[in-house]
Amino acid sequence: MTTYSVEKEYEAMVDAYGKAGGDRSALLNKDVAKLVVHENRVLSADGVPGVRLRYEPKENGIMAELLVEEGIKVKRPVHLCFGVLPEEGLQEIELQVEVGSGAEVGVIAHCIFPNAVHIIHKMDAVITIGDNASFNYGETHYHGDFGGIEVIPKAKITLGEKALYENTFSLVEGCVGKLDFDYEVFSGARSVAELIAKVYGKKDDIIKIAERVNLDADGARSLIKTRVVLTDRATAEVIGETYGNAPYARGHVDCIELVNGEEAVAKAIPIVSVTNEKAKVTHEAAIGSIDRRQIETLMARGLDENEAVDVIVRGILR
Amino acid sequence: MLEIENLQLRLNGKSIIEDLSLHINEGEIHGILGENGTGKTTLAYLIMGVNNYQPSGGRVIFKGQDIADLSVSQRARKGMSLTWQEPARIEGLRVRDYLKLSGHNIGIEQVKRCLWMVGMEPERYLDRDVDSTLSGGERKRIELASVLAMQPKLAILDEPDSGIDIVSLPSILGSIVEMNKQGASVLLITHSEQTVEIAHRVSVLCAGKVLMTGAPEEMSLWFKNNCRTCPHINEPIYERIGEPADEGKKL
Repeated sequence: MTTYSVEKEYEAMVDAYGKAGGDRSALLNKDVAKLVVHENRVLSADGVPGVRLRYEPKENGIMAELLVEEGIKVKRPVHLCFGVLPEEGLQEIELQVEVGSGAEVGVIAHCIFPNAVHIIHKMDAVITIGDNASFNYGETHYHGDFGGIEVIPKAKITLGEKALYENTFSLVEGCVGKLDFDYEVFSGARSVAELIAKVYGKKDDIIKIAERVNLDADGARSLIKTRVVLTDRATAEVIGETYGNAPYARGHVDCIELVNGEEAVAKAIPIVSVTNEKAKVTHEAAIGSIDRRQIETLMARGLDENEAVDVIVRGILR
Repeated sequence: MLEIENLQLRLNGKSIIEDLSLHINEGEIHGILGENGTGKTTLAYLIMGVNNYQPSGGRVIFKGQDIADLSVSQRARKGMSLTWQEPARIEGLRVRDYLKLSGHNIGIEQVKRCLWMVGMEPERYLDRDVDSTLSGGERKRIELASVLAMQPKLAILDEPDSGIDIVSLPSILGSIVEMNKQGASVLLITHSEQTVEIAHRVSVLCAGKVLMTGAPEEMSLWFKNNCRTCPHINEPIYERIGEPADEGKKL
């Protein structure tokens, strides 16, 4: 177990983490596995029995490994906190996750850029989830209101037999800036993959979300669920791909994009492909303005139109 | 409570609501009985001001005020509300939050009470979303519960009985009676003779007109004997049924 801390930066990161909705007490608790990184400096790194965190600073970021031993059920979620507090910077995270067979772990990741004017944040992750293992990864971003940030998360996820992978990516606070999200899953037999992305685009945000699931083994199942709300001049392109390549593979792609601004532009490209006669993949996509009936339903309860729209937007991004 | 005077709606040159007049007393459950396509829902929309419907003529007066210029929100804040025949699904909005915002941040106990009143166990539904995972009947009961939470002065209920299973119907009708006992006037829109049994008065609607108004038993019988068997939906045969009481014009 290693602890490394730079007090002032750490306090500032914990503070920003709390403001971004994170659980500050978790970052201060030694019994919680955690990794806190500011720019390329690891401010705090704690493992717990069965969970090892290794890291190595790089010129513009870090290389980190999260290893969960076989059969370990991690009681409290592992906390990852990456951020850049100054207005400008580059942060590159190389993340390798290995969840041993039969292990169960949840990860709560916060990426914090509250003052971003010109920041690039890249993450390249390789995630391997063993047989019968469960990995729940929730990633929440908090950006400032300026929008001067480029976020480029890429991940390759390989699932063992009967593995469970749940991923929720949320970027609904502050301006997105530019997002280029690209995740790809390779499913094992009877594994389950669930990818959920929720993004709120404002001003001149440019959003690209690409998610691919390769259902290459018997009975593999997946869901790609994307929720995007756009206002002002924000644009979004959502590509959800699922390939049913094995018997009894089941996949579904579900995309909703709400456009709440005259200059906002939304595009959805669902790609579903089946190469095995016993596989089945479905998709649904809805793009457009907020349903008038929904707004009027809430107005008939006394909310004004703006309040009603706000409730609907918050709901879809919840 | 509510006065509707010579209300008219013409859409694309076609008359949808024609010189419709209706009076709803304070504390009254007033049934609107009509077959499909007779203008019942359109009437509800015109009163509530939804769906961009603007009357082509006539007036809707609520508690002494012509509400033509009021938005849906303003009408709601004056104490009027509407349940849709097919309520909207709102992803991510939990039942507890929907009822709370309907009741302007009422407490959780009151939220639970509203769910009980429509025959729903709060523990099973409070944290569900008001979305497509609910069955049609569940969604309608939650819609009714949200109006109960609002404690409106006038509840416009558009077919609260459709899509409701026969076991649940008594609790739905009971909750409407209870709402009425608590002070709400109710405009109960339906095509079921059974449902209007809880009304104090019933008006029969055809072709966007009120054909007649009277006691529930009398109107139900009349509806059953005339409208149910009538092959001329929205083309009332006045020679057969007689002239509307307050109108002299034949179609």
